[in-house]
Amino acid sequence: MNRLDEIFASEATALVTYLCAGDPSVDESLPLFQALADAGADVLEIGVPFSDPGADGPAIQRSAERALAAGATLEKVLEMTGKIQGDSAKVLFGYLNPFLSYGYERLAARCVEVGIHGLLVVDCPPEEEPELRAALDAHNIHPILLIAPTTPDDRIAALGPSAGGFAYYVSMTGVTGAAFQGGQALVDRIARVRKLAGLPVAVGFGIATPEDAASVASGADGVVVGSALVRIVEANGAEAAAELSKLTSALKAAI
Amino acid sequence: MPVVPDARGHYGPFGGRYVAETLVPPLEELTLAWEKAWADPAFRAEYEDLLANYVGRPSRLYFAKRLSETVGARIWLKREDLNHTGAHKINNCIGQILLAKRMGKTRIIAETGAGQHGVATATACALFDLPCVVYMGAEDTERQRLNVARMRLMGAEVRPVHSGTATLKDAMNEALRDWVTNVGDTFYCIGSVAGPHPYPVMVRELQACIGIEAKAQLEDAGVGLPDAIVACVGGGSNAMGIFHAFRDELGVKLIGVEAAGKGIESGEHASSIAGDQVGVLHGQKTYLLQDEHGQVQPAWSISAGLDYPGVGPEHAYFHKTGRAQYISVTDQEALDATQLLSRLEGIVPALETAHAIAALPRIVQFTGPDADILVNLSGRGDKDTETLMRELKL
Repeated sequence: MNRLDEIFASEATALVTYLCAGDPSVDESLPLFQALADAGADVLEIGVPFSDPGADGPAIQRSAERALAAGATLEKVLEMTGKIQGDSAKVLFGYLNPFLSYGYERLAARCVEVGIHGLLVVDCPPEEEPELRAALDAHNIHPILLIAPTTPDDRIAALGPSAGGFAYYVSMTGVTGAAFQGGQALVDRIARVRKLAGLPVAVGFGIATPEDAASVASGADGVVVGSALVRIVEANGAEAAAELSKLTSALKAAI
Repeated sequence: MPVVPDARGHYGPFGGRYVAETLVPPLEELTLAWEKAWADPAFRAEYEDLLANYVGRPSRLYFAKRLSETVGARIWLKREDLNHTGAHKINNCIGQILLAKRMGKTRIIAETGAGQHGVATATACALFDLPCVVYMGAEDTERQRLNVARMRLMGAEVRPVHSGTATLKDAMNEALRDWVTNVGDTFYCIGSVAGPHPYPVMVRELQACIGIEAKAQLEDAGVGLPDAIVACVGGGSNAMGIFHAFRDELGVKLIGVEAAGKGIESGEHASSIAGDQVGVLHGQKTYLLQDEHGQVQPAWSISAGLDYPGVGPEHAYFHKTGRAQYISVTDQEALDATQLLSRLEGIVPALETAHAIAALPRIVQFTGPDADILVNLSGRGDKDTETLMRELKL
């Protein structure tokens, strides 16, 4: 069984954390991911830095720039991922071009070797790149589905069966790291997405504090926190582990 | 030639709609609105009236006698530089802004490199009283200060982009970020035959008037079909605009000229087709300048309008199928061609356009002297005055 399915089968709301791998360097980012795992993150999103992160706000853009300047590559990120200890599930998270360049079959096989359970490609809707999907299916790596506020109901229902693990619901139209807009409308929408897609739903975009997380946790199967953690790395560099651990524990306690 | 794109915007293995999920439904909405408008005689009549009376179409076809004598074949210039705002870009902007109005959008955003598309968008927005935000690489706002001033004069807000390489690709990233945030009320006016479906086909159709007119004008001049058509290619809108009417005339050679910058071997160039690597950027699969890890490499060209690491997907398709040939011209060759055309014909071309002129001696080598060659004179060079003053010590 894919580890993501085990995690989302549990009653508890999963904590999903994102960091861009390779910031401040590939070697130094290993202890940062380890800190997230040790502090209770259920799912680690391993961000693959890209030169043109068009869906990301300034915090993740700068993180990707630092990672690339320090020499991060997809292969180095995969190697680093293989060294993370513990039973957190791992989702490789990035833009299509580095994956296309690496080769889909090779990527899916390496994901199995280093213990990655899902792949989320920001700029590749399910209609594109059937070869990628086939490679993931052959290796039991879940393609993670993105659902946006603009996605119509019939599209959610049509796309759900092709995905696995969980659906990542984008809480607002915008880029990563903007101010969170929660509320009852969001909770209702999450319930609707779950029903239409037939998948557990993790909600992300803008969730920065334990209070934000708590406000959506009751309605969601998972809560994703990214830019807030990335900002800690920006402020503390290789010394960020303690602060990351502190925020992760607080988020975990809040959901 | 098979009809492209298919229903999902693919040109053979190229094109598509590689965007974040938030933008997929709006692009579908845009595709439907565009197809409906383009099939509506009332929309076409309004567009064509503005092209005639506001833009000044049809643009002239001019037989360049002295240039012909110098390069050794008969050279016909399609004078897009004589359009209102000084380039072909306005053809597309008029159409897209009319569509935005029809869709009830109340805010326009655009990206620009050389500033010609930004100026054309600002112009159409002034005409239709719509607020306009133009993203422009910080480096380009320096190179093209004149166009920044023109945009501001017409009421547009120019936002310099400092992220990444601070050029056209980064301006496009920033415009996409704006669009994904404000997608409800905002229309993104893309300036080239690039980006996610339906932009490449929509911009092609809105620029196709160039080739349709030229075909009729050559007929009237007693030439019939030309032997070759030449245009510069960054994203490729002026080239696709003049190629499209001739795509099924297989006897007509189509030649796109990419920017070789400081030379292909220097690594500092903008010739994505010559680079021969397929990748995905800005919503499209196409030839892309990238390193061995799939990271996009900065392009370089003296002309800001060609300074883009990708190329429109239909050009990628034309290259792959052999329908068009793509060659490259260096910064120096473009500067030399700028002086040549200025002195021989009294026409100062845009540095982008000068790449097409610079390619002529090479093209004549395989067409021979008894050939009619149609060149898209896509824009005028006023905007490049500061660069020319510096480079040519004027």
